[in-house]
Amino acid sequence: MSFPWAKEYQPQNGFMQWMDERLPLPRLVYGAIGAGYPVPRNLNYFWNFGVLAGFALMIQIITGIVLAMNYAANTAVAFNSVEYIMRDVNAGWLLRYLHMNGASFFFIVVYIHIFRGLYYGSYKAPREMVWLLGVVIFLLMMATAFMGYVLPWGQMSFWGAQVITGFFSAIPLVGEPLREWLLGGFVPDNAALNRFFSLHYLLPFVIAGVIILHIWALHIPGSNNPTGIDVKSEQDTVPFHPYYTSKDGFGLGVFLIAFCSVVFFAPNMLGHPDNYIPANPLSTPAHIVPEWYFLPFYAILKAFTYNFLWIDAKLWGVIAMFGSIALLFFLPWLDKSPIRSASYRPLYRKFFWFGLLPCIAVLGVVGAMPAEGLWVPLGQVAALYYFAHFLIIIPMISYFEKPEPLPMSITESVLGKAETPAVGATPATA
Amino acid sequence: MADEQRPLGEEGTDGVRRRDFIHIAAVSFAGVGAVAAVTPLVYQMAPAADVLALSTTELDVAAIQPGQAIKTTWRKQPVFVRHLTAEEIAEANDVPSADLRDPQTLAERTKPGKEAYLITLGVCTHLGCVPLGAAEGENKGEYGGYFCPCHGSHYDTAGRIRKGPAPTNLVVPPYEFTSDTAVLIG
Repeated sequence: MSFPWAKEYQPQNGFMQWMDERLPLPRLVYGAIGAGYPVPRNLNYFWNFGVLAGFALMIQIITGIVLAMNYAANTAVAFNSVEYIMRDVNAGWLLRYLHMNGASFFFIVVYIHIFRGLYYGSYKAPREMVWLLGVVIFLLMMATAFMGYVLPWGQMSFWGAQVITGFFSAIPLVGEPLREWLLGGFVPDNAALNRFFSLHYLLPFVIAGVIILHIWALHIPGSNNPTGIDVKSEQDTVPFHPYYTSKDGFGLGVFLIAFCSVVFFAPNMLGHPDNYIPANPLSTPAHIVPEWYFLPFYAILKAFTYNFLWIDAKLWGVIAMFGSIALLFFLPWLDKSPIRSASYRPLYRKFFWFGLLPCIAVLGVVGAMPAEGLWVPLGQVAALYYFAHFLIIIPMISYFEKPEPLPMSITESVLGKAETPAVGATPATA
Repeated sequence: MADEQRPLGEEGTDGVRRRDFIHIAAVSFAGVGAVAAVTPLVYQMAPAADVLALSTTELDVAAIQPGQAIKTTWRKQPVFVRHLTAEEIAEANDVPSADLRDPQTLAERTKPGKEAYLITLGVCTHLGCVPLGAAEGENKGEYGGYFCPCHGSHYDTAGRIRKGPAPTNLVVPPYEFTSDTAVLIG
């Protein structure tokens, strides 16, 4: 579906006409990301991050395919094959650093994309399915990133695999056999490395497939916007091309400057030096931490140090960690407020900036710290707030909050009424 | 019977069409075939024969001095063999079982007459890190046994969990003394 005023695809020449009658692929592209897709005229730069995430996935797939041509998934040679890529393969160092940091930048843009959705209420009706598919993509990304991190078979690779597959052993009765089945052994070894490589190659294509569903679901109601109000007329929208292709192109340039700065000047900044030590199954590094993008979840895992009710601490940690993502599936129904954008939700906005964001920052720091001293209670308080934010605070404020007055239309929010200045988020100069 | 003669798509007196039976039978048969086809795909993930073949380890404990520990491997997992001192044994036996998360005595975790040799997997029961404390000078934790650096689990001199997130004691693998000092694990 699209708005009635969406421009219809017109083949420009005889060949395109012929094509359109047989395989209307140009028509599909025109309606999806061309002039045939009307988009609210007031999108700000936070709306660039979906396209950026798609671009980051493409970087990962392209560099990943060529890395796989030089990598060997065998515990005897995996570590050395990565060093071989770094030293001997032509431009191998560049391809590996692009892939390694590409993963981090993929998570950076996806986290901003998620928080954009949280702030502007993009998860609410009628876009629940867009949000749900997004959470699925996020889970697939986490699985892919974890398995990719195991492939160099360094110390952090091995012990990360040991700890993360250890989550499954927390499940009562079937846990330990399940873990042995997943690993194909009693510890991460050759069987595990090979299957991780196989799945690490497969899952990005699954992600690409779910992204197609995500965009399909998005294009039914159309994009949300910083005011959160619905598009009412043609003057509220502009065609995606050229308006947002150019805006996204500018954002992409900024993204690439940041990405290349890290790749060329600080390629190991986001990694961990212990992963340049070959895996040693008999010695755990003194301080093991996951990659930075998993730290808040790792902090939630570590927050449970006592058995509670009939469930032991280990299982609680695992339940809480998976639960912290699973609850996002319920968010569209936990937040009952009909107002989407936090620009008009004073309470929600305060809890977003002064509750949720600091809470996740604290969890991130605690995740990187050893499980001792004050870090333990600090992590526990932050983990408690995280769950309270979604399960108690958001449902409560949707009842108590008095929203601020909404603009009559997107156009009014951009151009303003005669006597009052424009309200809401930064309007785009579309 | 007249019922046998009626066309496939028509209901009989019992309200069932002959075609319903064909549908159920065909879909069931396809379902059984699908399960049969998936079985080897699932089963190939389980530990292969070479992994299972590494399931015994032999070692000699004679050279381990009291207070010392060595690391070996069984099924590619680290194993700690610790020769406990008299004080460590006394310390382990002095703990009331009510204080323990996973109540076990030192005697239950060792072989009769060989209480000084504590043989456990060097795998933290929380998420599988190798605890510290087997090598000289490593942090032995607050209870003088082992300390897991990953998430802060403390084990006592009998390898029992005392503090931290781990749910159970360090696992005692199946083993026997084949002579006074020779041990066969597995």
